[in-house]
Amino acid sequence: MVELAYATMRIQCFGVAREIAGGSSITLDQVEGATVADLRQRLVATYPAFGELVSFAIARNEEYARDEEQIMAGDELVIIPPVAGG
Amino acid sequence: MDNSDTLHDILLSDRPLSLEHCRDFVSHPSCGGLCFFVGTIRDVNLGETVTHLEFEAYAPMAVKEMRKIAVAARDRFGLHAVALHHRTGDLAIGDTAVIVAVSSKHRKPAFEGCEFVIDELKKHVPIWKKEFRPDGSHWLNARP
Repeated sequence: MVELAYATMRIQCFGVAREIAGGSSITLDQVEGATVADLRQRLVATYPAFGELVSFAIARNEEYARDEEQIMAGDELVIIPPVAGG
Repeated sequence: MDNSDTLHDILLSDRPLSLEHCRDFVSHPSCGGLCFFVGTIRDVNLGETVTHLEFEAYAPMAVKEMRKIAVAARDRFGLHAVALHHRTGDLAIGDTAVIVAVSSKHRKPAFEGCEFVIDELKKHVPIWKKEFRPDGSHWLNARP
């Protein structure tokens, strides 16, 4: 899936994030070049229910991302609400 | 999703888990201590009746995180081998959700390593569970 023609990025959602988003992903524009902290703020602004969670992290390319990391084109982004394995 | 590394066995599966498989994997002639943790679905949580649970995972990252924990446990406690298996999908009361199996020369590192693995899994691995009660359902740990 080549998405170079679009400035939008898809952020995958699992668990309670999928319920908040109303689907398995959220599409946002102007995410490229933003930091992970910016993205988290955008998500809370767009879906205030994210701000009501105990916490949520962002995974970038299958690793927990730090707030200061910059998002690049082609990154795989996933919202990680509080985990509950075991 | 089995790990090719011969001393870690990581599995995330929608099929029933096998304690026997995990025991066989970690057993070794030099190991006198095998320790297991088996997490099962219980029928009451915080005083409320639970009918069943649904587990969901961000699979590729979950497997990576599970592998990191197994590696860390082997390094930190000098374990011989670690098996870490976790279920996804719908689970009924009494079903096995997770198995940790570790082996070491003596028992103390086995007990400590086993506890470390399940504690770390609960903190970091992107797996979620939805609890179903007679009056509704909710994702555990999500809201204060």
